[in-house]
Amino acid sequence: MLAYTFKRLLAGVVTVWFIATATFIAMHSVPGDPLMNDKAVTAEIRANLEKKYGLDKSGPEQYLIFMSNMLRGDFGISFTQQNRKVNDIIRDHFPVSATLGLLAVFFAAIGGIVWGALTAIYRNRLPDIIIMFLVILGISVPSFVFAALGQLSLVKINQLLGSSVIPVAGWGTFGHMLVPSLVLGLGTMALLTRLMRSSMLEVVNEDYIKTAKAKGLSPIRIFFKHQLRNAILPVLTVLGPQIAAITTGGFVVELVFAIPGLGRYFVQAVQQLDYTVIMGTTVFYGAFLVFMVILVDIIYGFVDPRVRLQ
Amino acid sequence: MTDSTLLKTRLQAVSNLDFSPSDTVQSAEQISRPSLSYWQDAWIRLKKNTRALVSLYIVIGLALFTLAGPILWQVDPALQDLNQLSQAPSLPKQAIFVEEHTRWEGIVLENFPAEPEAFLDVLPAPTNLRTAETATTQAVRIAWDPVVGAGGYAVYRNQHLPESINDLGLPLGTKLAGNEVSYEDRLNVEGRDYYYSIVSTDGYDESDTYITLKVTPDLAITKTEALSRGLITEESIVANGETIDLEFHPFGTDYLGRDMLARLMEGARVSLFIGIVAPFLYVMFGIFYGGFAGYFGGNLDAILMRFADFVVALPFLLFMILFKIAFGIGPGESGVLPMLIALVLLGWPATARLVRGQVLQIRTQGYIEAARLLGAKDHYLIIRHIIPNTMGVILVTLTFAVPAAIFTEAFLSFIGMGVAPPTPSWGSMCNEGVKTMLSHPHELFFPALFISTTVLAFNLLGDGLTEALDSRMRSRE
Repeated sequence: MLAYTFKRLLAGVVTVWFIATATFIAMHSVPGDPLMNDKAVTAEIRANLEKKYGLDKSGPEQYLIFMSNMLRGDFGISFTQQNRKVNDIIRDHFPVSATLGLLAVFFAAIGGIVWGALTAIYRNRLPDIIIMFLVILGISVPSFVFAALGQLSLVKINQLLGSSVIPVAGWGTFGHMLVPSLVLGLGTMALLTRLMRSSMLEVVNEDYIKTAKAKGLSPIRIFFKHQLRNAILPVLTVLGPQIAAITTGGFVVELVFAIPGLGRYFVQAVQQLDYTVIMGTTVFYGAFLVFMVILVDIIYGFVDPRVRLQ
Repeated sequence: MTDSTLLKTRLQAVSNLDFSPSDTVQSAEQISRPSLSYWQDAWIRLKKNTRALVSLYIVIGLALFTLAGPILWQVDPALQDLNQLSQAPSLPKQAIFVEEHTRWEGIVLENFPAEPEAFLDVLPAPTNLRTAETATTQAVRIAWDPVVGAGGYAVYRNQHLPESINDLGLPLGTKLAGNEVSYEDRLNVEGRDYYYSIVSTDGYDESDTYITLKVTPDLAITKTEALSRGLITEESIVANGETIDLEFHPFGTDYLGRDMLARLMEGARVSLFIGIVAPFLYVMFGIFYGGFAGYFGGNLDAILMRFADFVVALPFLLFMILFKIAFGIGPGESGVLPMLIALVLLGWPATARLVRGQVLQIRTQGYIEAARLLGAKDHYLIIRHIIPNTMGVILVTLTFAVPAAIFTEAFLSFIGMGVAPPTPSWGSMCNEGVKTMLSHPHELFFPALFISTTVLAFNLLGDGLTEALDSRMRSRE
């Protein structure tokens, strides 16, 4: 167990290094540099600026400096937001994205498990057909359309009630979070419902369910204790990558609902070629993604004793 | 038929030939039907699946829409129809042919004082608000009866019925004399309902009461306009008062007055091109990469697959954006190619892994051993045996990769990182449409509908193919 964890963590560190290197190379192959956004400056000022940000050094040298700084946990200062540390940007805005993402995953998981279980109970009957139709819709409609529709319905609700009950955009209270996180979680919810349904239908035919029935256990007990508990396991496996994907993929929802998350800063940084912010956010997100997957794999080993980690 | 007639007919049919020995011995295990190949069998089962079949027709329909559409609907997607901005979908419209606009003197009453003779405490609203002549989109001319004590009038226009004096809408202008009782409105008049309100003033303050008139101008067009929009030619003779057909926009127009249908067709080219070509390329590369790793195995396999794992671990959307910028868009380019390259660079590992797993499995099968014993070379084994046997899985991967690629394109275009304007794509059309979602929902609705339908069709087709190509399902029947 310990050896497994160690091996996975080591592989994770190597992966993060790879991500950092790939980002560095991709970023530096973009024509231009972050200083080009500023107004025309004299060659002298430009030279000073390059010196300040270390752009006067060669590529490999910059790479080594960046790597050694990164190992010390310092991503440097943003080019476009003067004197703002990249670490501060991440510290200020990542919690927003993470809150939104976790809430979305929470809604998606609850919804997916409940709907999936319902479709399995009412297999091939009306509730099943309706839910599976909605699931296909949820998979096929792009998230920005849902975001737009979500905002539109908020506007309509507020108009109908004559006051701003649920805020349409922005961030701060639970009211701000509710609709964006629901919208963000919708795709994942559809995916999990599908998974839960097939998993439930597979479990029904297992021997231990027959044994439980033969023992004379109540159907409710069988459903919750045996069927549901075993069917949830595959759902847990995909939850890890989904948490990471949702947390890092909330750009659109953040954009539509004007939420000050990290995604917005990344898009902005790429447009302005803000080297340090790009590196910081990519490495941070990459590490988050990699270690979330490892964490879920390890937790999975605890939850399901049948899984032997090696 | 009675027994005797039956016997008769049988006897008639009997000849010497019936008593000669048959020359072949029929096998008891004769095959009653021609044997089906894997693909024939899959096609038969796919045809039974209504949902998959309908999806297949939708996909074919979309291909026709993209390829044959622009031939049937020859409207330039970049042409702006400035008289019909953000027009909702409608039937063909007609406009009355009118003369060029000439200055209107207005109605000035001779026998009414221009300046109020006495200031009143309560100034009433004007009465008898009416259109002075037929309202057209060229000009709306309204007139009203003068108010005793008024030193002028303020004219407002709104797009809904005013609820109070504070809701009169756009202040169009003021008349500065009590005997000037008409107004001509030529400010972007469209063929829709307008509510004109008049408030009388004593020259200083506006009164608290108003009168409102609903006016629906008729569509009208002048000769100059019709000529510039190519509706008539220089030689054609159209009398004033006759109606002529305006440009037809079955799906409406966007905020720049461009025809939505033509843009959807043009956008389909970008969206479907990326959605189909990118997965095709990266699935091809994945097959090659995964097949190579799986077939040769050993250390090479370990190294190749480790690299694939790294690429999978890259945050997909971040790298899509980064790569897209790294490959750059030159002036005048649409940006389709950088997006294609970025998708291919990031998309291949999933297929590579899948194909490798399949190849590893197939490699140990008996028929491969048998072929090898017969002296088959590596390349023969790969081309003749391994690739055809992985085709089913590959086809399913491809169908599911298409909606994913369409989503990615739409997502990137939506956040403004996709194709460069003016090239339309469904994603960028959504991006433009979402800004005017409240007032003109059709600009978002149509591109979103097309994206959703396409993705839905490919998903259902993928489901159907999975079932049809699954060899376990085949033996179950």
